[in-house]
Amino acid sequence: MIRYILRRLLYAIPILIGVNIITFLLFFVVNTPDDMARIHLGAKHVTPAAIEQWKAEHGYDKPLFINGGQDGIRAVTDTLFVERSLKLFSFDFGKADDGRDIARDIETRMWPSLAIALPVFIVGLLVNVTAALLLIFYRSTRLEYVGITGLIALMSISSLFYIIAGQYFIAILWKWLPISGYAGGIDAYKFILLPVLVSVAAGLGSGARWYRSIFLEEIGKDYVRTARAKGLSELRVLFSHVLKNGMIPILTGAVVVLPLLFTGSLVTESFFGIPGLGSYTIDAIRAQDFAIVQSMVFLGSALYILGLLLTDLSYTLVDPRVKLT
Amino acid sequence: MRDWIFLLLLPALLWGCGDAWNNPYPQEEANSNTLYTVFEERPKHLDPARSYSSNEVEFTGQIYEPPLQYHFLKRPYTLEPLTATGMPVVRHWDKAGRELPAGTPPEAIARTTYDVSIRPGIRYQPHPAFALLPDGSPRYLGLSAQDFEGIDTLGDFTHTGSRELTAEDYVYEIKRLASPRINSPIFGLMSEYIEGLDALNGELLKASEKLPKDAWFDLRPFDFPGAKLTGKYSFRITLKAHYPQFIYWLAMPFFAPIPWEAERFYAQPGMAERNLNLDWFPVGTGPFMLSENDPNRRMVLSRNPNFHGESYPAEGEAGDAGKGLLADAGKPLPLLERAVYTLEKEEIPQWNKFLQGYYDVSGIGSDNFDQAVQFSPEGEADLTPQMKEKGIRLVTAVATSNRYMGFNMKDPLLGHAAGDAGRKLRQAISIAVDYEEFISIFLNGRGIPAQGPLPPGIFGHHDDFNPVVYSAPGRRRSIGEAKRLLAEAGYPNGRSARTGEPLVLYFDTAATGPEAKSRLDWLVKQFRKLDVQLVIRATDYNRFQDKMLTGNAQIFEWGWNADYPDPENFLFLLYGPNAKAGKNGENAANYSNAEYDRLFAQMKGMANGPERQRVIDRMTAILREDAPWLFGFFPKGFSLQHAWVGNVKPNLMANNTLKYRRIDAGLRALSRAQWNRPVLWPLAVGALALLAMVLPAWRQYRRHEEDRA
Repeated sequence: MIRYILRRLLYAIPILIGVNIITFLLFFVVNTPDDMARIHLGAKHVTPAAIEQWKAEHGYDKPLFINGGQDGIRAVTDTLFVERSLKLFSFDFGKADDGRDIARDIETRMWPSLAIALPVFIVGLLVNVTAALLLIFYRSTRLEYVGITGLIALMSISSLFYIIAGQYFIAILWKWLPISGYAGGIDAYKFILLPVLVSVAAGLGSGARWYRSIFLEEIGKDYVRTARAKGLSELRVLFSHVLKNGMIPILTGAVVVLPLLFTGSLVTESFFGIPGLGSYTIDAIRAQDFAIVQSMVFLGSALYILGLLLTDLSYTLVDPRVKLT
Repeated sequence: MRDWIFLLLLPALLWGCGDAWNNPYPQEEANSNTLYTVFEERPKHLDPARSYSSNEVEFTGQIYEPPLQYHFLKRPYTLEPLTATGMPVVRHWDKAGRELPAGTPPEAIARTTYDVSIRPGIRYQPHPAFALLPDGSPRYLGLSAQDFEGIDTLGDFTHTGSRELTAEDYVYEIKRLASPRINSPIFGLMSEYIEGLDALNGELLKASEKLPKDAWFDLRPFDFPGAKLTGKYSFRITLKAHYPQFIYWLAMPFFAPIPWEAERFYAQPGMAERNLNLDWFPVGTGPFMLSENDPNRRMVLSRNPNFHGESYPAEGEAGDAGKGLLADAGKPLPLLERAVYTLEKEEIPQWNKFLQGYYDVSGIGSDNFDQAVQFSPEGEADLTPQMKEKGIRLVTAVATSNRYMGFNMKDPLLGHAAGDAGRKLRQAISIAVDYEEFISIFLNGRGIPAQGPLPPGIFGHHDDFNPVVYSAPGRRRSIGEAKRLLAEAGYPNGRSARTGEPLVLYFDTAATGPEAKSRLDWLVKQFRKLDVQLVIRATDYNRFQDKMLTGNAQIFEWGWNADYPDPENFLFLLYGPNAKAGKNGENAANYSNAEYDRLFAQMKGMANGPERQRVIDRMTAILREDAPWLFGFFPKGFSLQHAWVGNVKPNLMANNTLKYRRIDAGLRALSRAQWNRPVLWPLAVGALALLAMVLPAWRQYRRHEEDRA
């Protein structure tokens, strides 16, 4: 098992290097360091000398991949790419282009992201699984047709609509909750409720249908027939036996997204004014802050790789037949 | 069962408590003397040497105090001392160092000095950089990693101190403008005027390279002729040229004092990792200090307990007293205890929180315009009954800025090289592009068509009309006249008289997206009136900037916000030596006219008066005839204020007006409670709907179980 984990971690290195190269290429195809300097120095009175000084101050005065002015290995190492990328592998994110410490910002902003993402994940999972099991229970009845039609309708609507409708009805029309914002500590609850509610509703259509398909596969199996033959109630059969066996794909599907909960939701955070990592990334892209964009892409990739590894490990926990070698 | 009843009654109980459910603020703040407002984009810099954007100056203007400020109420905009004891003493000198009498022609002036004296007794806000041990040594110097345990923000330092403001702090800040570690946006401009600033930059560059990147770079040992101490409370700034507009810069945070102790404090290891630096935690002498700084969520300005004291002005312009703007005359400033700025990027939450009373002031987005404003048959803007019912007030002001469409005068078809034909082509386009229509369609009437480069409120502006484009006030010349000009330019019916090819022009823009598309379609339609094809070359902002810098654009849109209320700050946008292409200046049209340039140099050094007005009129006439710009429009700002906000008078030059603002917190609390009663019937309807869903499910379940039995 340890050998397997180590091997997977080693595989991660070339993947992360590849991701980094793509980030570099994509970013610097659109922006040049001169553009970045102009964005940060403002629109007025910017001189070429000021642009050069800004680049030198932020390390953007070096060539991207090959430094023709250097000999030997330094032609490769004395470049923006190597200088910016090496530190990332030790999770040293450095400073943003506006001078703020990225690690500190990530540390601060991951909590609001988690405050939204974690309840959405847990409540969403519970609601989706329950809805899917109920649909199974009422299969081949009018209730199932109505339920599936409802789910298809729900999944056909853009997530932006949920946000706007949620804000309109709950915060503006009925005045139950603040329309946006965030507060630390216990006061966070009233700002979290609405985005959680909206996110759960937005995910219900696709989530419940996916789980329903998993449970439908289970429902025809022999152990279900045996359970029924034992005289167990249908609800007991579904919520105890079918759910337990259906947990394998559910769990593995859920584990892969667990680490990504830290990085937050780009759209939800922006609309609800949640100061999390999702809005951090969006702001950085808008401000062409390469240091943050690179750090967040790297972090997201690393967390995704971690999620995949955890998924593989979770197989061994839920299914003893699986062995990782 | 009792639990269920309690849960059902919970909303009603909460409602009964009086606190609105949707209140985003703690209940204990309900009656506090606090202004609640928004910031839409987190500021990048709060260091006065770097901050330039309006969203940054909104904060630095309240915290830092330059020597001068604009009078809050007087118009035209008038400078007055802030920390200075009086207006700076300005003296002119010749090359031999002899003082020149007033009225000396600008070309004879070799140097100009500004002697500034500041008031003694002004103290900095409480700050840990000033905290001292009993032996007088700094308390927070040489901090170890252990000392930083439990320190996340500036407020976590238990001790603070203060010290008196001295002239050395102003000189220190002027040196900072040249520091390569700061990259002040005005360094390039100031190095053209302040004596020795450029050389100081070279000196600092060399010295900085010898120091570790994060080490404190003490600027005190560096001496330079541009800013010198003349006493503990006085200093002299020396300009190497005649630049009368320099005095306006003395009212901007760029020239506010910085205590060297603050730089030393923030340069310590451990500070940068916690984002503790001068860019995020300012140290000033102003009426407010930044007591909470979470640029990702909210920023709070609190009253500076060490503020030196200032009174609300006792005089203003005619009509101010009638509007209640002098009711607080003589009262000590600031009138507010706190101002809470919440980051609000989206328009929908921002607007609705304003309507709910949770923000005290608001702009009007295009989506909400019709909900807020209606126009009378005479074209006067007024609030809708819904707004009036809430007691909301509308405040309008024509901005001291412009939006124009420029022709690249380096272009062979439209520019200088095309001679008279180019001029007539530009004039024809100026007539065809109907900015009245543009303002009506895209700005909801929030703008006035520009007749020249100078907006209202700036000396030199006339309420006349541009005779090249208009035949009478408000009456645009006909398309027939424009077509005649086009034909004279060699393009009858939009085709080249020489080749018969259709005339194709190119509009370069960084505007993309659906909203921009409708504007661009409109623009294409305007050119089509002349049978001229306009091709839109939309690109990203960076590429657009490159095109402008290299002079590769043909027609473009641009704008300018005034730095100070002097015509020079607009007319320099068309001054030949200030061309953007090749010279990196602000003359984006790369316009050059010998007479205009000569008059500009003359006008720049003149005091406001009839003579200067005459020169400006001639310059305006040259521009109207040459038409390097379609003068476009001057934006009109509409803002809304709740009834509980007092002392609101637009001051487009001053950035420190928060200290004058007044809040009636009692009225606000009452209004909020009244406007935000939760609507409970949907809960009942929801419960019934749930029941309607559960009942058939339950019946089905029972039937299912009975069948199995």
